[in-house]
Amino acid sequence: MDVAWSALSLSLQVAGWATALNLVFGIGVGYLLARNRFPGRDLLDTLLTLPMVMPPTVLGYYLLVLLGRNGWIGKWLQDSFGINLIFTLKGAVIAATIVAFPLVFKPARAAFEAVDSQLEEAGRVLGISEIGIFLRITLPMAWRGILAGVLLAFARALGEFGATLMVAGSIPGKTQTLSIAVYEAVQAGQDAVANTLVLITSVVCVVVLLGAGRLAPGRVAHRN
Amino acid sequence: MPKRPFKTVISAIAALLMSATAVTALAADLTVSAAASLTNAFKDIAQIYEASHPGTKVQLNFGASGALLQQMAKGAPVDVFASADQETMDRAQKEGLVKAADRKDFLRNKLVLIVPADAKIIPARLDDLTQAGITRVAIANPASVPVGRYSQTALEAAKLWTAVQAKAINTQNVRQSLDYVARGEVDAGFVYATDATDATIMKDKVKVAFEVPLDTVILYPIAKTATSPHAAEATSFINYLSTPAAQDILGKYGFAKP
Repeated sequence: MDVAWSALSLSLQVAGWATALNLVFGIGVGYLLARNRFPGRDLLDTLLTLPMVMPPTVLGYYLLVLLGRNGWIGKWLQDSFGINLIFTLKGAVIAATIVAFPLVFKPARAAFEAVDSQLEEAGRVLGISEIGIFLRITLPMAWRGILAGVLLAFARALGEFGATLMVAGSIPGKTQTLSIAVYEAVQAGQDAVANTLVLITSVVCVVVLLGAGRLAPGRVAHRN
Repeated sequence: MPKRPFKTVISAIAALLMSATAVTALAADLTVSAAASLTNAFKDIAQIYEASHPGTKVQLNFGASGALLQQMAKGAPVDVFASADQETMDRAQKEGLVKAADRKDFLRNKLVLIVPADAKIIPARLDDLTQAGITRVAIANPASVPVGRYSQTALEAAKLWTAVQAKAINTQNVRQSLDYVARGEVDAGFVYATDATDATIMKDKVKVAFEVPLDTVILYPIAKTATSPHAAEATSFINYLSTPAAQDILGKYGFAKP
């Protein structure tokens, strides 16, 4: 069952990195959109939500065309830094990050908007710096809403298939994640391998969803 | 109307579903599962077949032969199965999906190594794939794709499989290998001669480096499935492939007679 364990490990790496990146970018963008009014804000929100609605294959095609050896970004990265993203774990991380991004930034924006601005005002009156207000008042109050989104993003990144397959390929031990390994096993008629992989994936997803349920915003009121 | 948006939506969906079933019920549907390398040739043939056989609608389903086999093994309603190798058809026969008497070899193909049209390094033989300048080679997954098995056999015979496997980008079918080479994402790829010369798509994007030597001939078998409810139409479609009209198309795409 080497295939299963290396696939699980790769999936967890991809999902872990994607979640960490989304934690930073999702909170940042969520806060930006919640607290600032600027022209094109709704358009930006729409564009950033697209990965959630668009078929992963469309996204995969965009990424392949942009990041590939002959793509705008891919060629530049290759020529300037010698970085290559296609058929690598980094490519898989990028695909998963983009796919899962709306799941973090949407709830983050909502959570920031729900924070009572009077509390932040009070902090300001007491002389706390703006960074201090964000870290000690705003973020802690929005945290539960954000965390639920982050867990969903982790689950989504773990299950990412279409975009990942197109961008990172299916190289066993290198870019073959759980969901892709399941596909390959079924294609080849290796039902025993498929069963193991499906079971592992299901268990991991149930654990993540249970965690997300415990952290859902609705729970806050019933705590204690 | 605006007062009852829900009702409007429901009736619209119902109308859509009914029109969809009306179309499918119109004619005898012949489902043909064919190896990915047959994609363009079979699309053309299906078109002229439908024109000369009104009442029959040919539904084409392309994929790696191994993947198509798994679909049928899990119960997919398929009438005609065309595989890119004998092994996959043997397995279909072993699982009772096709009968030995129904299968026949209808095409011959060749294995080639292709490179992007603007490639700097053009290998002249399999040994050249071990060069440092070649970092990625598209090889279809041998577990489910015939062209992958042919590639593996050729590389094993040359004692290069382990070395080249380290550079291998596994693909889902031969068309994906072709696409990766055409986009320049890989330095070389194993495909059929017919894919490389397919004038309709990739002619100016890839070029053939050399024909890969194989001990066996690549023969495509075709058969009507054992459970097909459209046995007569299935046989008629298979026989049609030997007519001059169909042979012209197959020849145009570079397939040879067995």
